[in-house]
Amino acid sequence: MAQAPSPGPLVDSCEDERPRWDSKFQYLLSCIGFAVGLGNIWRFPYLCQTHGGGAFLIPYFIALVFEGIPLFHIELAIGQRLRRGSIGVWTAICPYLGGVGLGCFTVNLLVSLYYNTVLVWVLWYFLNSFQYPLPWSSCPLDLNRTGLVGECQGSSPVSYFWYRQTLNITADIEDSGTLQWRLVMCSAACWAVLYLCVIRGIETTGKAIYFTALFPYLVLTIFLIRGLTLPGAVEGLMYLFTPDMQILQNPRVWLDAATQIFFSLSLAFGGHIALASYNPPRNNCKKDAVTIALVNSLTSLYASITIFSVMGFKATNDYRQCLDSNILSLINEFDFPEQSIPRDDYPAVLMRLNTTQPDRVAQLPLKACCLKDFLDKSASGPGLAFIVFTEAILHMPGAPGWAVLFFGMLFTLGLSSMFGNMEGIITPLLDVGVLPKGVPKEALTGLACLASFLLATCFTLQSGSYWLEIFDNFAASLNLIIFAFLEVVGVIYVYGMRRFCDDIEWMTGRRPSLYWKLSWWAVSPMLLLGILLAYIVLLAQRPPSYKAWSPQHEQFPSREEKLYPGWVRVICMLLSFLPLLWVPAVALAQLLAQHRRRLKDTQPDTSMKPEEGRGC
Amino acid sequence: MLWLLFFLVTVIHAELCQPDAENAFKVRLSIRRALGDKAYVWDTNEESLFRAMVAFSMRKVPNRETTEISHVLLCNVTQRVSFWFVVTDPSKNHTLPAVEVQSAIRMNRNRINNVFFLNDQTLEFLEIPSTIAPPMDPPVPIWIIIFGVIFCIVIVAITLLVLSGIRQRRRKNKGSSEVDDAEEKCENTITIENGIPCDPLDLKGGHINDVFVTEDERLTPL
Repeated sequence: MAQAPSPGPLVDSCEDERPRWDSKFQYLLSCIGFAVGLGNIWRFPYLCQTHGGGAFLIPYFIALVFEGIPLFHIELAIGQRLRRGSIGVWTAICPYLGGVGLGCFTVNLLVSLYYNTVLVWVLWYFLNSFQYPLPWSSCPLDLNRTGLVGECQGSSPVSYFWYRQTLNITADIEDSGTLQWRLVMCSAACWAVLYLCVIRGIETTGKAIYFTALFPYLVLTIFLIRGLTLPGAVEGLMYLFTPDMQILQNPRVWLDAATQIFFSLSLAFGGHIALASYNPPRNNCKKDAVTIALVNSLTSLYASITIFSVMGFKATNDYRQCLDSNILSLINEFDFPEQSIPRDDYPAVLMRLNTTQPDRVAQLPLKACCLKDFLDKSASGPGLAFIVFTEAILHMPGAPGWAVLFFGMLFTLGLSSMFGNMEGIITPLLDVGVLPKGVPKEALTGLACLASFLLATCFTLQSGSYWLEIFDNFAASLNLIIFAFLEVVGVIYVYGMRRFCDDIEWMTGRRPSLYWKLSWWAVSPMLLLGILLAYIVLLAQRPPSYKAWSPQHEQFPSREEKLYPGWVRVICMLLSFLPLLWVPAVALAQLLAQHRRRLKDTQPDTSMKPEEGRGC
Repeated sequence: MLWLLFFLVTVIHAELCQPDAENAFKVRLSIRRALGDKAYVWDTNEESLFRAMVAFSMRKVPNRETTEISHVLLCNVTQRVSFWFVVTDPSKNHTLPAVEVQSAIRMNRNRINNVFFLNDQTLEFLEIPSTIAPPMDPPVPIWIIIFGVIFCIVIVAITLLVLSGIRQRRRKNKGSSEVDDAEEKCENTITIENGIPCDPLDLKGGHINDVFVTEDERLTPL
């Protein structure tokens, strides 16, 4: 590669042979496992449903083509070329941009803490699925054994099990409550399982990924087959996928599509850089990027078909139960023979009774039952997994088996994403050389897991889930977008488009085409800037609030909307901005170091110039 | 004369058993919901069985051991299968207090349900609350058992991996202390061009020549 004259050979850390993937398939599976996570199951179907069904796929694929794949290719390319984790890569590209690597590392750390907490919840549900009847199928008795617990009767057994018996949630974020020992135990188990899998880096994760990345696909297929054979599934699918083209005029849809692609591919975490750094240098990272991104999106689609069919079944079930309870009220009031009113005749019968005996009918607690209303009920995030889907499972024959499969799938999905997160933390630490020479890698991973476990116990407090929401909304979103923007700008403008294309030609054998160049040069940075501005505008529009589960609330079981208190808002700001401070801090430190070096030098030496002319 | 007496008796009975009469209870059965295809038809035979069960329950109450089937009166049987019933005292002029009837039914609810193959939800005594069955709490919650199993397996696996790693490292240290690998270190330089390391093409393709190594071992008897 014809480049500017270099300052001479540098002895690399050649004592350690960099670990390598056993096979290309293992590497692809690891990246797919990292990218495919819980968001593919519980975020994408929700977005599809609320943003016009099939019509959402249009902005989604546009975002994939112009934002997801180009950014992803950059990450894989720099990781593979420079063979370092996120901190080392940015120090190598340009020391002034070293803060980007440190920032990504910090965000990765914060995200790992709360992402594993979700796995703790999944593990708790998994452990409780091995019994019949399932514990969230009925309300427990109250202390006197005279009736059912009031909070459960007011809401539903599923909500009660989630909010009370799992989280034991407080009514306010200021009220931290006590540590929930059940969750602490599950947290210890989760971090132990994670440590077991990442103990020797990719040597062990490479073996574990075969199970954790492939098992979810098996379970999704089983659920799909089961889901499609349930009554009401096809109606659900048709309703939820029917495109509503009008919705494309709403800019919110485009914003959601762009952010979904961005977070779904787990960009700017440094995880993909770390995974790619273990590749042989001459590897077609372009093909890898396209393959992995496509597999990720197709998995989202596949999962949403499964989810929608089960949601359709649940909606039909709820609708039929609603009708049945109305019919039962009529039968009991007017002493008709049992099962004398089929579901289809109900409207006619009701009208007839309303005209003949309206006063008796008016006394009855009849609910308005409309299938569309039930189909429109959507949920995303933990609400989908722990409340809506668990309720749907209750109605399937053989419920404990389905619950075990479902939560096992969620656990392995989250675990394979955590592998990528942990690699994004451990690889930079190993490259920087944090531990002294004799200390083995197992000690570093053990220390990292132990420290994370101790830090993450704050999420097992009673107010833990409120804090998790804060971390999810503030620690990850803004920072990652800014870091991704800096990544593109750093590689294309600071490092240089031509040099980068040369590197890719060296690695893959072919120069990037116009599509790639245009995307990197203009389209992706503009898209990222657009997303960033939109995010900031949305944040500024209304004060951040949260929904609290408060049994004393008048509209219980609806959650009470509360504003964050002042000190919590300060923490939100800190979470949003502290990781970003690494960038100017490191740039400043480098400037000062350069300045000091220049002052120390008595003669103006040509050997100084190459460092300045490195392209920064 | 007899006909007049009979008429009188039925009139009195009719007065005692009426919807919303004093000490009367409404019963509602959902036979088809409970049994589906195997549902039986509710006829007078079933009614007399019901009356017998109620009489049986009352006989268990102290001071009411003389309750007969004829003391239990049914009325207003509808197609829903719902009806009202009262229990009269031996004189057949007054009805027994509701509290007594209620407690008697509650004590024997299970047996009454079983006779008709129904349960508390399908054989409803309106205004008589059903006693809730005590929860079946296993001594150790199931989740703790499974948690214990998983945790033990994981700890054992971690210990094995750590021990095998220590053993591997000891073996490698023993093997590498006899080879002079200082030369190897210096040869693996990586040229840096403009701050980016370029890997020499043969870096990863290098193999250690076993013959060479063993020769070294022979030649360094220090």
